Amino acid sequence: MYKLTNVVKDYSKGRATVHALRGVNLEIADGEWLAIQGPTGHGKSTLLQILGGLDRATAGTAELDGRELTRLGEGAMTEVRASSIGFIFQTFNLIPTLSAQENVETALVPLKVGAAARKARAAAALASVGLADRARHLPSELSGGQQQRVAIARALVKEPKVLLADEPTGNLDEDTRDEIIGLLEKMWQDNGLTMIMVTHDSSVARRAQRVGIMRDGQLSVRHGAGKPGPVTEPAG
Amino acid sequence: MFFTYLWRELRRRARQAIFIAIGLALGIGLVITVTAASAGVKNAEGTVLHSLYGVGTDITVTKAPTAASGGGQNFGFRGTFGSAGRRQTAGTKIDQNTLSAEPTLTSMGTSAVTTIAKMTNVAAAAGGLTLTDRTVSGTIPAFNSSGSSTGGSGGGGGGGGGGSFAGNFNTNSYSVTGVDIANGELGPLSTGTISSGRTFASADNSKDVALVEASYATTNKLKVGSAIEVGNAKGTATKFTVVGIVSEPSGSSPSDVYIPLPAAQALANLKNDVNTIYVSATSSDKIDTLAAAIKQTVPGSTVTDQSSLASQVTGSLSSASSLANSLGKWLAVAVLAAAFLLASLLTMSAVSRRIREFGTLKALGWKSRRVVGQVMGESLAIGIVGGVVGVALGFAGAQLVEHFSGNLSASLGGATGTATPGGAQRFGGGAGFGGAGGYGGAGGYGGGTTGTGTGFRGGFANAAHTASTVAVHLSAPVTITAIVLAVALAVLGGLIAGGFGGWRAARLRPAAALSKVA
Repeated sequence: MYKLTNVVKDYSKGRATVHALRGVNLEIADGEWLAIQGPTGHGKSTLLQILGGLDRATAGTAELDGRELTRLGEGAMTEVRASSIGFIFQTFNLIPTLSAQENVETALVPLKVGAAARKARAAAALASVGLADRARHLPSELSGGQQQRVAIARALVKEPKVLLADEPTGNLDEDTRDEIIGLLEKMWQDNGLTMIMVTHDSSVARRAQRVGIMRDGQLSVRHGAGKPGPVTEPAG
Repeated sequence: MFFTYLWRELRRRARQAIFIAIGLALGIGLVITVTAASAGVKNAEGTVLHSLYGVGTDITVTKAPTAASGGGQNFGFRGTFGSAGRRQTAGTKIDQNTLSAEPTLTSMGTSAVTTIAKMTNVAAAAGGLTLTDRTVSGTIPAFNSSGSSTGGSGGGGGGGGGGSFAGNFNTNSYSVTGVDIANGELGPLSTGTISSGRTFASADNSKDVALVEASYATTNKLKVGSAIEVGNAKGTATKFTVVGIVSEPSGSSPSDVYIPLPAAQALANLKNDVNTIYVSATSSDKIDTLAAAIKQTVPGSTVTDQSSLASQVTGSLSSASSLANSLGKWLAVAVLAAAFLLASLLTMSAVSRRIREFGTLKALGWKSRRVVGQVMGESLAIGIVGGVVGVALGFAGAQLVEHFSGNLSASLGGATGTATPGGAQRFGGGAGFGGAGGYGGAGGYGGGTTGTGTGFRGGFANAAHTASTVAVHLSAPVTITAIVLAVALAVLGGLIAGGFGGWRAARLRPAAALSKVA
């Protein structure tokens, strides 16, 4: 699925340069669940953004199914995100003026799915996360856990190959966290997704097949307690 | 999804959207009101022109007398009174009816009419002859050696040759205009409506028939079939039959009597002459060019069109014109510019607050142009609402202008024979009876309102042949053009505001947008 070779990402902050990633090498197989942990500010989210095509590497290569993401134009990258990558954010990032169902539909808009089909698929996605009865509610009318379920439905409604989750349980209480992680695990197993999840929570990370530790912009990976999968050992 | 998202977003920031819409509405409403007021002023100026010269007349051509021309006004009494120094016998009866041209206008040959009619951009040209008919009747009084006179009443007044006298004279005058029957759509008669009888027919060109203005007819108890006496250069009268009574619109300055042009020329001994040429242009945008060409073709002429008339108009109409065209226009532009700026700033601010939202949509695979389109759609919707409200405000503003402006006055004046046939003129000296030792002297016979009519026109009186002040009501018509302009401005305002906001949104990199955590 993914192959990262010596990926570097630098940011300019005034006169100073922040080296967010310092030569990351990583291979992720199809259907693998990789958790990434590490202290705050050491490049976890930056790595996720490179994997999701939300940002471009300063140096190195990042391939998704053999396509070099750093060489793709903005339009092509947008199409990859639209069709192949689902995102889940720590702060849910739902559109506040749209209902739960309409939020899920926003993921199908770039795929030019007709209105009727869009509504049907969104309804089905919401039902799969147990929120069929909340379809017309605005995000402000939903709990944190419910909002994250809507976000999960939005990420999965387009049947992506990859699910990228950035601290999906960061804003949730313990019980809800378990609920969401359980849901994500189920979705991963049922749909054969490749899931890469950034998390502070070790109990969550342990459920993954492999756990990567980001420290000072460098990644080291070890096997997790989850179901083993065909992964390669990283360098450095 | 587009309209759902648009509507929901506008509802979320309804207060801001309403604020922007009101700003645009005020600017657009002001533009429409000022445009309507300007159009109304233009119409009013046109009304002034047309009330003086007739509907269909775009340009008038006159010629002022030069200093050496014309000489003193005389009433053709020389033959009766004799040459200088001869006294007439007391008791001699006088009954003179003289038709003469306005001394403020020099005659032009009818060839000038023909020349102008053949010019490019001329739809039609017609000549007119504005004349004054004066009658004096009475008896020469006796003089006594002490210088006082005996006999009758009448004006006192000096005169040469020692001694004053009291006479018994009745005087009367009225205005006569010779009209070109073949071009009835031009000239002052074209504004009138026949209230009794008929208008001129082409067969009347060689007949002694007349149309009489309605108020003059009432005053002098004239009706269709009545006979009126029109004088001539020799002082004798010709009977004309009244074939119609014509009512002119209020505010216009009609003649008392209208007769066919050939008859007027013959009676005034001005064969082949006219003193006003009325011209209509092929289109309104050709008037300026045509006026300039006529001025070159007829040297020494005064060419008046609506715009030059406008520059001579004084009174409250002139003030309204300045207000609408100067202050009003710039005020509208300033308010509209401020509204556009405010809309743009507020839209950019709204986009800044939604950076995370737009970053999320881009992460979901929305293209930049889709996001920009959403922002512009929202701004355009606000702009359209502002435009609709602005059009309503513009209509209301125009109504207020019409309601509160009331009747405006437009005065035309000048010391030369410009603008109007006659106008408010003061005649230069020599307005006497001529001849030393005669009965001359300005005011000798008490110009004014003896007899019927309105007294002497010209020499002894300062009364203008046509009224120098016209009352016009200022309308403020809202034209389709103004409405289309308003809608276009509203759309433009929305696009400008949306463009700024969309540009801001388009520049977002999703990662940067998503990293902006509160």
